[in-house]
Amino acid sequence: MTTTDPSVVASTAGGSTPFVKSVVELDRVVIRLAGDSGDGMQLTGNRFTSETASFGNDLSTLPNFPAEIRAPTGTLPGVSSFQLHFADHDIMTPGDAPDVLVAMNPAALKANLSDLPGGGLLIVDADEFTPRNLAKVAYATNPLEDGSLDGWQLVSVPLTTMTLEALADSGLGKKEAERSKNMFTLGLLSWMYHRPTEGTVRFLERQFRRKPEIAAANIAAFRAGYNYGETTEAFAVSYEIKPAPMAPGRYRNISGNQALALGIVAAGQRSGLPVFLGAYPITPASDILHELSRHKSFGVRTFQAEDEIAGIASAIGASFGGALGVTTTSGPGVSLKSEALGLAVMTELPLVVVDVQRGGPSTGLPTKTEQSDLLQAMFGRNGEAPVPVIAPRSPADCFDAAIEAARIALTYRTPVMLLSDGYLANGAEPWQIPGVDELPDLRVEFATEPNATTPDGTPEFQPYLRDPETLARPWAIPGTSGMQHRIGGLEKADKTGNISYDPANHDLMTRLRQAKVDGIAASIGPTDVDDPAGPDGETASVAVIGWGSTYGPIGAACRRIRRSGRSVAQIHLRHLNPFPADLGEVLRRYDRVICPEMNLGQLSMLLRAKYLVDVESHTQVRGLPFRAAELAAVVQDVIDSTSGAPLAADPAGGAE
Amino acid sequence: MTTVELGMPAEGPIADAIARSLESQGEKQTTLKAKDLKTDQEVRWCPGCGDYVILNAVQSFLPSLGIAREDMVIVSGIGCSSRFPYYMNTYGMHSIHGRAPAIATGLAASRPDLSVWVVTGDGDALSIGGNHLIHTLRRNVNLKILLFNNRIYGLTKGQYSPTSEVGKVTKSTPMGSLDHPFNPVSLALGADATFVGRAMDSDRKGLTAVLRQAAEHQGTALVEIYQNCNIFNDGAFDLLKDPTTGVQWSIPLEHGKPLVFGADGGSCVVRGEFGGLRIAETSQVDSSEIVVHDATREDPSYAFALSRLSSQDLRYTPMGVFRSVPKPTYDRMMADQVEEARTSSPADLDALLTGGDTWTVSA
Repeated sequence: MTTTDPSVVASTAGGSTPFVKSVVELDRVVIRLAGDSGDGMQLTGNRFTSETASFGNDLSTLPNFPAEIRAPTGTLPGVSSFQLHFADHDIMTPGDAPDVLVAMNPAALKANLSDLPGGGLLIVDADEFTPRNLAKVAYATNPLEDGSLDGWQLVSVPLTTMTLEALADSGLGKKEAERSKNMFTLGLLSWMYHRPTEGTVRFLERQFRRKPEIAAANIAAFRAGYNYGETTEAFAVSYEIKPAPMAPGRYRNISGNQALALGIVAAGQRSGLPVFLGAYPITPASDILHELSRHKSFGVRTFQAEDEIAGIASAIGASFGGALGVTTTSGPGVSLKSEALGLAVMTELPLVVVDVQRGGPSTGLPTKTEQSDLLQAMFGRNGEAPVPVIAPRSPADCFDAAIEAARIALTYRTPVMLLSDGYLANGAEPWQIPGVDELPDLRVEFATEPNATTPDGTPEFQPYLRDPETLARPWAIPGTSGMQHRIGGLEKADKTGNISYDPANHDLMTRLRQAKVDGIAASIGPTDVDDPAGPDGETASVAVIGWGSTYGPIGAACRRIRRSGRSVAQIHLRHLNPFPADLGEVLRRYDRVICPEMNLGQLSMLLRAKYLVDVESHTQVRGLPFRAAELAAVVQDVIDSTSGAPLAADPAGGAE
Repeated sequence: MTTVELGMPAEGPIADAIARSLESQGEKQTTLKAKDLKTDQEVRWCPGCGDYVILNAVQSFLPSLGIAREDMVIVSGIGCSSRFPYYMNTYGMHSIHGRAPAIATGLAASRPDLSVWVVTGDGDALSIGGNHLIHTLRRNVNLKILLFNNRIYGLTKGQYSPTSEVGKVTKSTPMGSLDHPFNPVSLALGADATFVGRAMDSDRKGLTAVLRQAAEHQGTALVEIYQNCNIFNDGAFDLLKDPTTGVQWSIPLEHGKPLVFGADGGSCVVRGEFGGLRIAETSQVDSSEIVVHDATREDPSYAFALSRLSSQDLRYTPMGVFRSVPKPTYDRMMADQVEEARTSSPADLDALLTGGDTWTVSA
């Protein structure tokens, strides 16, 4: 916990309290809530996040939960956690390590303690440290009593007992009343960090509107936890984290999956087209299906297909009919969709394919994050089948990325792969809500008239006669008179779209499809480079390049480096295919380029192959985001060992 | 004159495009002749293939539905039969192996104003695409599925298919195939198909009659068409095509008529054990015992029992419409949900984006 200006003042809250409580002002804090999968840690975390967002702090979250819905109670595999980083300034990551760990049982303590730095605040539910629960996770002695936690500020609280006491008159059975202990904990934390409470009360009333007694019990537990904080001697200090300065505007807290779904709705509205989502449930992408299925009033049709293949196939069918076809999945689903994706490449129909990446290969780590589908997105199809690839960089950015994916798909008549990941999907942050008029205009022109003539002068429609600028083919939809045509997976003759096995035509069409995708670079801006001049007025000689969700950790690492007086550049790629046109030139400006990725070096392989630049790969596949401090150490080593020798580059200037 | 009811018209830019395309001609051209449905593409099936006969029958029959060419879409998968769309002057997609029902589902569900047809084969629909077929049938999407069953893989040059009889000697089964075949009609009924029919490629009249009923059915209609592959499985259906044996072994299904067949009506269908049906000699049973065909029975057990009369050597094969029952279609119900949502909360993007708990930072 970083304490700035520790203005300790006597608390004015709770005049009846016999203790004088002090308030310490902090600039930021990282809290991790850990408990059993059934303890409701994700809900508690989300509520605390909402309170924090509405208070006006900048924030970033990292939910971390097992793939099992209910692993055996009290075991290590069943531990679920939620980390929240909030601050009075803008932050980029959910935090490397917690300042505060709340452990609801021995398993949660055991699984998370190693992440809590020495001296950190440790709050545990003492009631759960029973011999039976201790034995489940092989604690020979009770850590609350054996002195093994002396290195931390341990606050052992009988959370369960106090919750039961608070609900003694609620009429609920013991088991049911116990379930509210997460709300007791939330109340306690809300007091500790001066969070507003009305939102949670409203939320509970709404959530349990059909079970008013449960709503009342949860609210009672929540208030009891708050009051306990105010009156107990166990906590002498509460903390204030002032709102962060943010650009003027309207904000809401949003997760990546939610933002992505809203982006798709917005793309439908801005194009005027009906949206058709074909999807098969898969972690961690299902929430996009859930969210979109609620927005039928926007002409959004959601189809829960029989499998991944039917998900994409139905979306292709809908696109043929003039809809904005979308399919959402994760890596294993992309594998299944590969053949149909090739059909969309061949038929040149607009399609947005969302891959919320998770740990692989095979079933892998369904609930953990990874960036290991980049090469699959780029090349995972038979034949030369180029597909544009873009990736959002933060949860809120998923909104813009979805609109950009739709723009490319609709403008260029191509499937587009949007690579989100598990961290972005479930993580949340404040989002400055854009005005609807500021969103891009995505309207399309369907072809309604012949665009060519036959040798005998009869007007005819040629479905593969391309737009000279974008190389997109015309989109003529069924129902349009006189435009009947057939498309399919067989190679098409240039212009007419008839079946063609002609060698020269296949060569031409293969190159045309590639040129069309390459040409998208003309519609995107220059490479996003953040290279502020250092104290000596010099720009950096070392750059860190990333894509997707590593934007936050890399950015945070670069800030640390810069604070140490060194210069470093951050290059971030939203478009992975095609790359921005100036990327090769940008990379060659730096003596050394480091590429951190949550895979074994997929982007660095692409960059090295395309630009002949000696990009240095730094990788990690732990199922979790990078820690900013670790990245900063890597980058600092590179900076300090760089003598200023330029990167070895191809004498002819690279592959371009 | 339209005999087929299409769903709600399209709206938005789709409707605009359709309207623009009609500016010069005024209204949709629904009076068609068979030749209007032909394309300039050379038909490339083997000479003598049963597919030619089916193509001709379809081109002759479709104009009678009174649907404009541009409102018809034919989606196919992979296999000989799946070349069908190239020869039809409608919209079409020759897609990938087994996936045509899924592609057509997306199209039909988002465009109820179209008449969507799937052309598939025994390998395409029952082997690689089996999953899509059964789920399409249970959903009752408004699609017409023509399953050309030649009991062989033709395009890959002669391997056995999921409808080949046990013991089939082919390139991939030199000692005879081991797997038991699917009965496509039984399979479709097991998936609760609302319309199931069977016809013979060479029987223009019977085929047209089944196709017409399929076209008029609201929902998924599966029509199994026995189709001769004269290269790799020639004569597969001769037992039923031969004037003598055909009469003996085919059971014509006519709604409301007693199930009597064979030379001089010598055979008939009566109730068997456990709700099943069996064949009897007409002279040996009382006429009241003979089953009167009722394709509209809600319970599919009867239609299923009918489908089980035939064996894999094609003896006692019912031909015609097994089942035709009304049931709400998926696309209609989906459209209704969209409509209902629009009525209860009109689309307001700004309200959606600012929905939930928000806060304002002022300058």
